[in-house]
Amino acid sequence: MSTVTAENAGQAHTRRNAIEERVLRVLRPIVIVLLIAIAVLPFWYMLVLSFRPLDNVLQSPGRLFFTPAEFDPSTYVDVLKSADDGGQGFLTFIRNSLLVGIGTVILSLLVAIPGAYAVSRLEFFGRRKISALFLAIYFFPSILLAVPLFVFYTRIGLRGSLFGLLFVYVAQVVAVSIYMLRNYFDTIPQSLEEAAAIDGASRVQVMRRISLPLAMPAIVSNGLFIFMIAWNEFLFALLFLVERRENWTVSLGLSQLSGSIEVPTTTLMAGSVILTLPIIVLFFVSERWLTGGLTAGAEKG
Amino acid sequence: MSTELVTPSSGSRDTGGRGPGAGPGIGKGRRKKSVQAAEEARTGLAFISPTLIIVLVMVVLPILWTVSLAFQKIKLLDLRNAGVIGDYTLDNFAAVLTSGGFLQALLTTLAYSIFGTAFALAIGLVAALALRRPFRGRGLVRAVLLLPYVAPVVAAAFVWSTALNPQYGIVNDWGQGLLGWKEPIAFLSSRSDDLSILGLDIGVPTALLTVIAFEAWRSFPFAFLFLTARLEAMPDTFEEAAVIDGATPLQRFRYIVFPQLWPTLAVLSVLRFIWTFNNFDDIYLLTGGGAGTEVVAVRVFNYLTARYDIGAAAAQALVLAAILAVLVLVYLKLFGRSEDAA
Repeated sequence: MSTVTAENAGQAHTRRNAIEERVLRVLRPIVIVLLIAIAVLPFWYMLVLSFRPLDNVLQSPGRLFFTPAEFDPSTYVDVLKSADDGGQGFLTFIRNSLLVGIGTVILSLLVAIPGAYAVSRLEFFGRRKISALFLAIYFFPSILLAVPLFVFYTRIGLRGSLFGLLFVYVAQVVAVSIYMLRNYFDTIPQSLEEAAAIDGASRVQVMRRISLPLAMPAIVSNGLFIFMIAWNEFLFALLFLVERRENWTVSLGLSQLSGSIEVPTTTLMAGSVILTLPIIVLFFVSERWLTGGLTAGAEKG
Repeated sequence: MSTELVTPSSGSRDTGGRGPGAGPGIGKGRRKKSVQAAEEARTGLAFISPTLIIVLVMVVLPILWTVSLAFQKIKLLDLRNAGVIGDYTLDNFAAVLTSGGFLQALLTTLAYSIFGTAFALAIGLVAALALRRPFRGRGLVRAVLLLPYVAPVVAAAFVWSTALNPQYGIVNDWGQGLLGWKEPIAFLSSRSDDLSILGLDIGVPTALLTVIAFEAWRSFPFAFLFLTARLEAMPDTFEEAAVIDGATPLQRFRYIVFPQLWPTLAVLSVLRFIWTFNNFDDIYLLTGGGAGTEVVAVRVFNYLTARYDIGAAAAQALVLAAILAVLVLVYLKLFGRSEDAA
């Protein structure tokens, strides 16, 4: 009798297994399609709106495509033109964002490369504690930093200048930058550097001739990553630059103009595309390395 | 995207042990070794000092100054007279802690962080599991799922507020056309709406739920990324053994996969909670802090830029940081040990 119940249980179990397998097989593609939709549709919607004339959008707001007849790229001209020519001045914003972004990349890398090298290779007092200290910075609310920096910059008259913003950004990214670069330096075999040192090269020579060229892929991707952070940043740009329109970054410009009723939504959508597109391109260029560099060590749990 | 991209297991490599003794100096004279070590220490400090200086000037000193400002009655206009030695007082803290607005903002911040984190982790987990088995184009799908996280927050918030607009937004258009909503929903400007489920009318905080949904949308890719990395590193053997033992897919998840993901989920929940707790951009851009969505960070910003009340702004920011620190410490106390065991 016991074998009979065991068999029944076994059958019930097999059936349960079969049902679960089947349900999951149906569910999986549905879930994947849904996830792609929630990730992509907002950006698609952005693109579509930027090409549709405003009247058409107001008449049929629910359309997720544009017909060739209504295709209208004039929003892009409008948003890029300077304010004097009746546009929104995004060209100036792009220039500002590029200046701040590239400046942040150069300065951060100049600071972070030796720092990462030191943390990875050299024994010095406090080396082990330094990473923990840098990391702790990131758990402070940035609004906590906003208060004193706002006051400080107002006082020394740097508020409103792109230059002042640059230093805030460098301070914000340098720890992450050191962390990522150190992970890469750690993977370069030390024997290469030792061989060069035995051949009589000084430490700086070793660094320049051996370590830096080997770490170049990581340095380039790290630079792209820093650029993306600076390009996307909003809080400090708002805090420091809001009163100086000629110094607005793209992020700040879009947020400020979207508050006014005078600028058509479709024009601002073109602005959103201009803001987003470089980031998406850079992301796909550096994606493989970035995700690897960020999750390094995470697989250990 | 902000600077918050740091891996959850950071610092795990610190113990890599590349001390001076590990180098080629072993077996040489002691004096030579110590000279070399001293040179190395000097170079190390020289290399790290630019970083230290910039962090000191732009992060550490400002934080200390915030502490000082929080204990003074000070407005931006009378800043010139304020030095390090001012009239220290607890008035700011007294005013902040007794005002209903601050406590309300704190509760909103807590609700926003807890639910935002929970939803982000849940969606991230589902995504990581759904994409676990290889298929054609999986790499592209994975990259595409990261888009909400990398896209500029200003653009994302603008698209969301346009899509949710009651007059010309696509969501309300579809909701009325396809789902039969009687009237458009003001997702971002309505404090609460009645929702009838099974004949029951329940009041729901519409705008707060919307900003929570936005937060979940923006940060699920982060959880997805790290859970995927963990899944990839998981050995197949346990699951294969479980299949032979007749475990169903759900049983395998419940007893084999989930326990191995648990430590990663624990770390992710702390990180996401901290960053959501501190978040300013998303809510400021979506609602400006209106309709019952004012979190502490937005409140601090308003005190700073609209009222120029530096003392009160600093005090609130400090209380925010202190509460965060307490919450994280309590969490580590409660769960820190079980993480080690896992």
